[in-house]
Amino acid sequence: MRDYIVRRLLILVPVMIGVSLLTFSLFNIIPGDACVLRLGFGSTPETLKACREAHGLTRPLFPVSINSDLPVIHVQDSQYGGWLWDIVAHQDLGQSLAEGSAKVSTELERRLPITLELMIMTVIFALVLGILPGMLSAIRPNTPIDWIARVLSVLWLSIPSFYLAILMITFGLLWFGWTPPQFGRGYVPFMDDPWVNLQQFVFPALVLSVGIAAVIMRLTRSAMLEVLRNDYIRTAWSKGLRERTVVWRHALKNALIPVVTLIGLQVGALIGGAVIIESVYNLNGVGKYTLEAIIRRDLFVVQSLTLLFAFVYVSCNLFVDIAYAWLDPRIHYN
Amino acid sequence: MAREVALPLEIEEERPRRRRWQRILSTARKHPLGVFGLSCVSLLFFCGIFADLIVPYDPEATLRERQTFGALVNTIKPTDTKLTVVDAQLDVGTNFDIDGERMTVVPPAPIVSGAGTTLHVQRASSQATHEAGAALELDVAIANADPSWSHPFGTDHNAKDVLSRVIFGARISLLIGLTAIITGVTAGAFFGVISGYFGKIVDTIIQRCVDILLAFPAVVLLLAIITVVGDEDSSVRRFLANNTPLPKGEFIGIPTFLDVFIVALVIGLAVAVFTTRVVRGAVLSIKENVYVEAARAMGASDARIMWRHIFPNVAALVVILGSVLLPVAILAEAAISFLGVGVPLGTPSWGADLSDEKSRQLMLEGYWWPVFFPGLALSLVVLGFNMVGDAFRDLSDPRLRGSGLGGGGGGGAGRGPI
Repeated sequence: MRDYIVRRLLILVPVMIGVSLLTFSLFNIIPGDACVLRLGFGSTPETLKACREAHGLTRPLFPVSINSDLPVIHVQDSQYGGWLWDIVAHQDLGQSLAEGSAKVSTELERRLPITLELMIMTVIFALVLGILPGMLSAIRPNTPIDWIARVLSVLWLSIPSFYLAILMITFGLLWFGWTPPQFGRGYVPFMDDPWVNLQQFVFPALVLSVGIAAVIMRLTRSAMLEVLRNDYIRTAWSKGLRERTVVWRHALKNALIPVVTLIGLQVGALIGGAVIIESVYNLNGVGKYTLEAIIRRDLFVVQSLTLLFAFVYVSCNLFVDIAYAWLDPRIHYN
Repeated sequence: MAREVALPLEIEEERPRRRRWQRILSTARKHPLGVFGLSCVSLLFFCGIFADLIVPYDPEATLRERQTFGALVNTIKPTDTKLTVVDAQLDVGTNFDIDGERMTVVPPAPIVSGAGTTLHVQRASSQATHEAGAALELDVAIANADPSWSHPFGTDHNAKDVLSRVIFGARISLLIGLTAIITGVTAGAFFGVISGYFGKIVDTIIQRCVDILLAFPAVVLLLAIITVVGDEDSSVRRFLANNTPLPKGEFIGIPTFLDVFIVALVIGLAVAVFTTRVVRGAVLSIKENVYVEAARAMGASDARIMWRHIFPNVAALVVILGSVLLPVAILAEAAISFLGVGVPLGTPSWGADLSDEKSRQLMLEGYWWPVFFPGLALSLVVLGFNMVGDAFRDLSDPRLRGSGLGGGGGGGAGRGPI
C-alpha cells in the first residue's frame, strides 16, 4: 500500500511538469505577448518596453536555449523557470497584468473560501439528494417511488446547471418577488453571520448539486441492487433482522464504496460547474476570477489558475484511488 | 413434470408469428421514455438538417412591420422642409412616409412643444402637398413581442424571431456536435489503436500526453484552449482560413462558420483524449487473440493487422462512445458559449442566446421567452439522448429487461467529461 502511494506520487511529478509546460506554451503561442494583449496593438514602444521589463518578459521563454553551440541553462532567469520556481519555492502565483491589481495569491486567499464553501455545500446536497432516493428506489424496485426517482434522475442529469440557475432567478423574481441574497451585497463569511451566509450559498449549491446528485442516485441504485443480491444479505434477513438494520447496516455501507470514488471523480465537474455557477450567481470565487481573467486575456492569472485547477484535480483523483483501497479491503494494488 | 415443461411450447406454437413492426411497437410501448427521447433526438436532426427550409423568418434579420401613427399638424407645401407632427417620437436619421413620400429627419434635433414635435426633414421628391391630419407611416422593429401565432416563441430585443433562432440553434448544435464527435472519435481511435498495438515507447509517449490532457478539468481545458485558438489572428484560424477549403464568411446560413468550426475542433480534442484512453484499453486485449497472431504468421504488415483485424473489433465500441459523447459535446458548446468564450455573440446558438446580457436583464422584467426557449431546446435534446441511452441499456441488459423505465445501471450517461 505504501509503495503504491509513493509510486503514484512519483508519477504525479512528471504529469505536473507536463501540465505546466502545456499551460505555459499554450499561452505563449498567441501572437503578441501578454503586454501586447494587455495594452493593445496601438500602444507605444516605450510603454510596451516598460511593461515587458516590469513583468520580466524580456527574459528567454524556456530554461534551456540552444541558440549558440552549447545549450545555455538559466533556470530562474527564464520566464517558464521563474514562473514555476516562484510557485514551488515561494507559493507565489504571479501578478495580474491589470493596473494596481493584487497578486494572484492574495486574490486566491480572499476567493478560495467562497469556492470551497460552494463546493462543500454542493457535495453535501448531492449526497443527500442522490443517496436517499437511490437507496429507496433500489429497495422498492418497480414501485411509484422507484418510478419517480428514476424519472427525476434523468431530468436532473439533463438540465444544464446554468439554465436551471437562470430559471430559478427569473421565475423566483417574477412569481415570488424573490432575489438571491448575494445580489447587491458582498460575500458574508460564515463566522460573521451564518444565516445570511447560508442563504447566499443554498441556491448556487443546490443548482450545481442537481447534476451530480443524479449520477450518484443512479450509481447508488445499481450498486444497492447488486449488494442486495448477496448471500450475506440473505443471511441477515434469515437471522430475523429488521429491514432498517439490513438496509442501513449491511447493504448501504457496501453499496457506498463506488459512490465515494464517484464523488472524487466529480471534482472536475465541480470545478467546471463553479466557473459557470459563480458567474451566474455573482459569487466572487475562484471560478469567476478565472473566467474574468480569460475574458480580459490576463495570461499570467490564467496560466497560474489553470495549473492550480489541474493540480487539485489530479490530487483528488489520487486521493480517491487511495481511499478506494482503504475502504474495500478486497482491492490490492501492486 | 414433463407436461408442465411441454405446456408453454404448445402455447408458443398456437400463437401466430408476430411481425417485425408489431415487435417494434410492443418494445416501444414498454419504453415510453425511450420513445420520447427518440422523438427529441429525431426532432434535433430534422431541425438541424432542414433548418433553412422550415424557419418561418430569417434568424439574423431584424423584423420590421409597417405602422401608422401620429399626424401632421400643418399642411406642408412641396418646398417646405420643416413640419410639426403630433403623437410621434422621431430622432435624427429616422425615415418615415407621408402619403407615400419618403422623408428623413435631419439636424437640428426635433423640438417638442405644446403644439407637437417640430422637425426638419429631407424629402425624397419635394413635389407633393400634404394636408394637415395626414398620417405618418414608419417601419417599426418588432422587438420583445409576446409569443403569438405569428411568432410562436416571441421575438428578442434585437427584433429577431426566437423560434427561427431556436431552429437554427439546432443546426449549430448538430454541426458542432457531429464535427467534434467525428474528428475526435476518429483521431482518438487512430491514436488508441496505435498506442495499444505497438506498446512500449509509442504507448508510453501517447499515454503520458493523454495523462497530461486528462489532468485538466474539462471546462478549464476547453476555456484555456479556446482563448488561445479562437483569437482574432491566431495561427490556427489563419491556417484554416488560408489552407483549407473552409468558407471564410457565411455558410449554410451560419454567419460565423469558421468560429463555430474552431469551437467544434477544440471540443473534438477533448473527445479524442477520452477516446484514445478507452480504445487503447480495448486494443490491449484484442491484440492477444490468436487471429492476430495468425495474421502476423502469414506475413501481414502492422498497418494491415491494425486496419483489417484490430480496428473492426473496436469499431462498435467507437460508435457507442461517439453516440454517448454527442450530447456531452452539445452541452459543452452551450456551456462555453454561455460563458461568452465560444461562438461569437449574435450567432443563433443556444448557449450564446442564453448568455445575451440584455436578454437576461429583460428576462427579469418579464420578457422570459428569448432565454427560456433556447434553454428548453438544449435541455430537451440532452434529455432525449439520455432517455434513448437508458432504453438501449435496458434492452441490452437482460437483468433489467422488462422493468420498463430505463435508468438502471451505469453511472453518468450524458455527463462524461463535463
